[in-house]
Amino acid sequence: MGEDAFVIQLLSFYLFAFMVIASAVMVIMARNPVHSVLWLILAFFNAAGLMVLLGAEFIAMLLVIVYVGAVAVLFLFVVMMLDIDFAELRAGFVRNFPLGLLVALILFVELFVGLVAYNAGGLVPDSAAAAAQAAGAIDAGGASMSNIEAFGALFYERYLFLFEAAGLILLVAMIGAIVLTHRRRPDAQRSQQDIGRQNRRRPGDATVMKQPKVGEGVAL
Amino acid sequence: MTSFSGIGIEHYIVVGAALFVLGVLGIFLNRKNVIVILMAIELILLAVNINLVAFSAFLGDLTGQVFAMLVLTVAAAEAAIGLAILVIYFRNRGTIAVDDVNRMKG
Repeated sequence: MGEDAFVIQLLSFYLFAFMVIASAVMVIMARNPVHSVLWLILAFFNAAGLMVLLGAEFIAMLLVIVYVGAVAVLFLFVVMMLDIDFAELRAGFVRNFPLGLLVALILFVELFVGLVAYNAGGLVPDSAAAAAQAAGAIDAGGASMSNIEAFGALFYERYLFLFEAAGLILLVAMIGAIVLTHRRRPDAQRSQQDIGRQNRRRPGDATVMKQPKVGEGVAL
Repeated sequence: MTSFSGIGIEHYIVVGAALFVLGVLGIFLNRKNVIVILMAIELILLAVNINLVAFSAFLGDLTGQVFAMLVLTVAAAEAAIGLAILVIYFRNRGTIAVDDVNRMKG
């Protein structure tokens, strides 16, 4: 890799990383939850940029499509639909701040110590990569495969059952969300569907045979 | 494939750790606001995804990305269910303050 490409990679990494963290800070600090959702969208976009830098184009696109396109918009809908006094909800913000900051600092230092320990140990990525390839795992880059191609080959072959389980999870979530939020309104008759009544209905209940004489009508 | 000459896996892990910690901090700070708590959980799951993908790229094993996609699926399902619960809670109580969600205590 040339010197220029290296500098570009370095710059874009720091740009994306800084933006991800800055938007995450804004997500939890913003006064208005609508702003929080918008910052969350920015965080997801920049995380997608990080994934592209890592060579995981498929996950990056998935982040943009699923998170920004579906989840964040769902959040936006709910935030805007509920009529909430947000100022009241921030009452404990200042009181919780010192404890929260303390816990966050401890957690971050612990994670950092874990990283240092990881580097100090013998878990050098290169040897692990060699071991993984020896075990027959598909290479992330693949000799001539694009990321999506390799991903699909792995996902639909080795992890097919996980794929189906993911579909099942989504189905259950969908049914659960509908069951939870659906409500019967007694006043709105037209939109009410009584499945039992529909199933009980027979042709005899709905139609009658008439043999009208010539010149006479049918009394309905 | 890209050769990661300058940026090591540590950089990505630090970003992931910072995101994770920010998510936890968000849960601490916005204890009353369930919507922001749900968003903080999304941040935590995003941090997990960054870690999975970073390890996947640097170890040369795509399995990490498969798991990242599964995490994404679960996160989407969790957001849908959580927001549905939030909507019916708001419908019943007229507020989303979670401090007093103790009706089941009896």
